[in-house]
Amino acid sequence: MNYKTENIKTINVSQPLRLDCGQTIKDFPIAYETYGKLNKSKDNAILVFHALTGDQFVSGINPVTKKEGWWVTAVGPGKAIDTNKYFVICANVIGGCMGSWGPKEIDKKTNEPYGLNFPVITIRDMVKAQEALLNYLGIEKLLCATGGSMGGMQSLEFCTMFPNKTFSAIPIACSTSHSAQNIALNELARQAIMADPVWEKGRYLIKNVQPKNGLAVARMVGHISYLSEKGMQEKFGRKLQEKADYEFSFDADFQVESYLRHQGSAFVERFDANSILYITRAMDYFDLSKHFKGGLLEAFKNQKTKFLVISFSSDWLYTTKENKDIVIALNASGADVSFSEIKTDKGHDSFLLNEPEFLKTLKGFIDSMHVKFKNEKRI
Amino acid sequence: MKKEFKVIADLLPKNVRVLDVGCGDGSLMSHLIEKKNIEARGLELKKENVTKCIYKGLPVIEGNAETELNQFPNQSFDYVILSQTLQAFYNPERVLKDLLRIGKSVIISIPNFGYWKVRTSLLFFGKMPVTKTLPNSWYNTPNLHMCTIKDLFHFCAEKNIEIKKAIGINEDKTSEIKKGNLEIKNFFSKLGIFLIG
Repeated sequence: MNYKTENIKTINVSQPLRLDCGQTIKDFPIAYETYGKLNKSKDNAILVFHALTGDQFVSGINPVTKKEGWWVTAVGPGKAIDTNKYFVICANVIGGCMGSWGPKEIDKKTNEPYGLNFPVITIRDMVKAQEALLNYLGIEKLLCATGGSMGGMQSLEFCTMFPNKTFSAIPIACSTSHSAQNIALNELARQAIMADPVWEKGRYLIKNVQPKNGLAVARMVGHISYLSEKGMQEKFGRKLQEKADYEFSFDADFQVESYLRHQGSAFVERFDANSILYITRAMDYFDLSKHFKGGLLEAFKNQKTKFLVISFSSDWLYTTKENKDIVIALNASGADVSFSEIKTDKGHDSFLLNEPEFLKTLKGFIDSMHVKFKNEKRI
Repeated sequence: MKKEFKVIADLLPKNVRVLDVGCGDGSLMSHLIEKKNIEARGLELKKENVTKCIYKGLPVIEGNAETELNQFPNQSFDYVILSQTLQAFYNPERVLKDLLRIGKSVIISIPNFGYWKVRTSLLFFGKMPVTKTLPNSWYNTPNLHMCTIKDLFHFCAEKNIEIKKAIGINEDKTSEIKKGNLEIKNFFSKLGIFLIG
């Protein structure tokens, strides 16, 4: 979780930003990373939005964790989103913990980490903050805005807030609002963190500690929801973890337990517990139609952006039905929309994995949109 | 391009909104966008074709026309096209009703079961016909509700659906079908194309 600031590119956003909660903020940092080069005609910029536990390090090696970027399967030289051809930008969301303004940053008023004094933010707030980055980079119109899960929500929000700022968008495995089940799972994650005595109402950073146990449980909840029942059964079944028989104890007898424990403990090394509280809250509050009285139809009115919605057949967190609801709303408002459901057993996690049909679809869409965008710019 | 698609394209004015139900690999959509500046959308069941359309930059929605036409609002397209698929639905009547709800006009094409080769196959050989337009055997055909040009004519009359134009295709020849020549066109056309609604 501790990192050297020289590994992180940051801009300071000086212009005021009014948050949905009513507070106005200014002079806050946005951390970001870019891959590839912006071409002269500036028609090759792709903004990638990260999901709940992601960060700006999409591809290559993450300089902080020393692990591969979270979307290395899709983004990089020669990949579906080819960085030899496209200029890929990703920013750490506000509320996050990889250099952007978040609850672990120092509150200038108190000289202590914000903790729970950090305002509750929304997906809209995250997106507004990232628009400042585009302005800084001198990009008037993106070729594509894309992301999976919470990244998909941001891409939808981006299109409704800035309808002329992207030529195309690919919301992946997401929805137009959080379902009761999604809120319930997020609440489980939050309660796990808040039940950890180390958490101390979010003030743990003052003592330089993390509520590791609670955060690990929160991550386990997440991981279960990212897999499918079938995928999990095939991967783990009832296989035992390096042992011949039950040990009649509460150690990790089963492989699936060991997997979850490992995921939990690895996560606490790189993520801030309060960030999980804030970001999951932002997801729960997400409802695209909220700022448009006429509902979704009004939200998508006069959309010129070309959309491709992608869902995964075994995703039970953001189901195909929920993704299709986006398509139906876009269709009803006359927008240009494509939809593809990828058949897989890998669950919600699929968008991060090497799913050939998915990556092929992604590539086909982006490349064809690039041709169209170039033509539009020429005219 | 297939003769059938040329006939369909000729029926369409420029600059209109078209939904191609069962758009396949998008070749008709591409043609309509390029040549007629038509705003085209596709609905396609086969994954392979969906991906092909996406590669061409064509807006396509993966889905089943039998169950998923309800996603399109009333009168949201100027024209809805259904090419040689009506006979493959479980409930073609309901699908047709939906198409007429979505489009101000509808263009449907059907392989004509009244075509003389189809008739002779049954009459002389006592076998279900296998032809170029009906390439499958009885046991693996996707076609559940075969009909003739005449059947569709009568159907439209019965349901008060206006036939604005009907065209018969035999090889490279096309001709307009009217009440007066219905019997003969029903005998000699491989394919019937109807502009209705």
